[in-house]
Amino acid sequence: MIEIKNINKTFGDRQVVKDVSFTFHKGKTNLIIGESGCGKTTILKLMVGLHKADSGDILYDGQNFPKLSVNEQENIRKKIGMLFQGGALFDSQTLEENVQFPLDMFTDLTKAEKLEQVNFCLEKVQLVGKNKLYPAELSGGMKKRAALARAIANNPSYLFCDEPNSGLDPKTSIVIDNLIRNITEEFNITTIIVTHDMNSVIEIGDNIMFVHKGENWWTGDKSQILKTKNQELFDFVFASEFMKQVLGSQAK
Amino acid sequence: MNLFFHIGRYFMLLYRVFARPQKHSVYMRQIIFEINNIGISSLPIIAIISVFMGGIITIQAAFGFNSPWVPLYAVGFTTRESIMLEFSPTIVCLILAGKVGSNIASEIGAMRITEQIDALEIMGINSAGYLIFPKIAAAVFIFPFLIALSMFLGIAGGYVMGITSGACTEYEYIFGIQAFFEPWKLYYSFTKVLVFAFIITSVSAYFGYNTSGGALEVGKSSTSAVVYSSILILLFSLILTNLFLNR
Repeated sequence: MIEIKNINKTFGDRQVVKDVSFTFHKGKTNLIIGESGCGKTTILKLMVGLHKADSGDILYDGQNFPKLSVNEQENIRKKIGMLFQGGALFDSQTLEENVQFPLDMFTDLTKAEKLEQVNFCLEKVQLVGKNKLYPAELSGGMKKRAALARAIANNPSYLFCDEPNSGLDPKTSIVIDNLIRNITEEFNITTIIVTHDMNSVIEIGDNIMFVHKGENWWTGDKSQILKTKNQELFDFVFASEFMKQVLGSQAK
Repeated sequence: MNLFFHIGRYFMLLYRVFARPQKHSVYMRQIIFEINNIGISSLPIIAIISVFMGGIITIQAAFGFNSPWVPLYAVGFTTRESIMLEFSPTIVCLILAGKVGSNIASEIGAMRITEQIDALEIMGINSAGYLIFPKIAAAVFIFPFLIALSMFLGIAGGYVMGITSGACTEYEYIFGIQAFFEPWKLYYSFTKVLVFAFIITSVSAYFGYNTSGGALEVGKSSTSAVVYSSILILLFSLILTNLFLNR
């Protein structure tokens, strides 16, 4: 479980995160949603330590991350897997080497054991037999799945996903969403997903925080979000024609 | 003020680069990879430039020594001194600053803007140490060999041009390149090479590591890496020359 309490972040004279608190539950897909530029990716980066919060607490199973020593932070980071928006695969390494990388760095497994783990992860993301391909040879969806395989290679306790569906077609998006949900449930990990994709919200939104102008504007789950009376959230959810039709069919 | 900011940030980066390696076997594998990437791949350009420059220096020396008072072995002597003291350690390192420096800055800069460095950090890896230390170690190890080869090929190029152009005889050239040889000058040359290897890799890595933005900024980082590495090479060449050769 991860809790954030009253976190604030300012860049220059612009406050992008304002007193945000939320609890991300273990074994659930926790979503941070909101319009582009509302501060959701900043919240994610604050949580993993890529940005430093001006104030507030970030508790990983009770351990306050910003207040830990560098070594203690590194120990927590070893339990984090992250899926970046662009995949962030290492260009000079094959898919197999990419997935094996965290194992090389942090485990004393034998070569055969590492390969077994790599193949297990690639099987989980349906990329069996693609071991020797380089990132440049993969499609957008395959890159996301490969990055997901790397993120889970070292059996993380926390999985962060930054817009996992951006740039993907709806069918591939659903594949990625289902993969993330299955991995979350199977390994009982705390998963945090930043997205503005409404399909994902409805598919896998177990626990949702809606961020508006840097603030935690609304919290709930996928069953509650379609019945919201919150005007800003309503405008966000029902922005597309398709969602308006969904709303219309609900009313009937 | 801006200069002090960069100097401070450079040394802070170096502090992270020389932190204890997290996994020696992985670092070792990277160093071997970089020896090939930085060193072996630079062999063709160094060989071509050295042979041609050796030949040119020989012809220019012969042209300049067109006097009965100057013995012809001075052609070989001048070629050796020019190549050993300045051309190979400094000019070849300036060329390597262009080739290797831009490569390092653009590689690390591209990794920065595509979040690959963030990915390393989130995994709990010291990204500065993992990415930069192997490059510095590889360059400091392989550059002396490259420069030694450059010296050999430069003098060999001078030999070929000296004989074929009739600038001097084989005996005079061979005598000239052995005349008044002082081994300590090699210490001077290779000290410069070690310093330049460190400057090229660390300065270029600094610019790449601190890239922010997009492809345009990667290009700017690459240019800055070459410009600042070259200026620092010349500055330290002057300082070291003054220290070693100023009597």
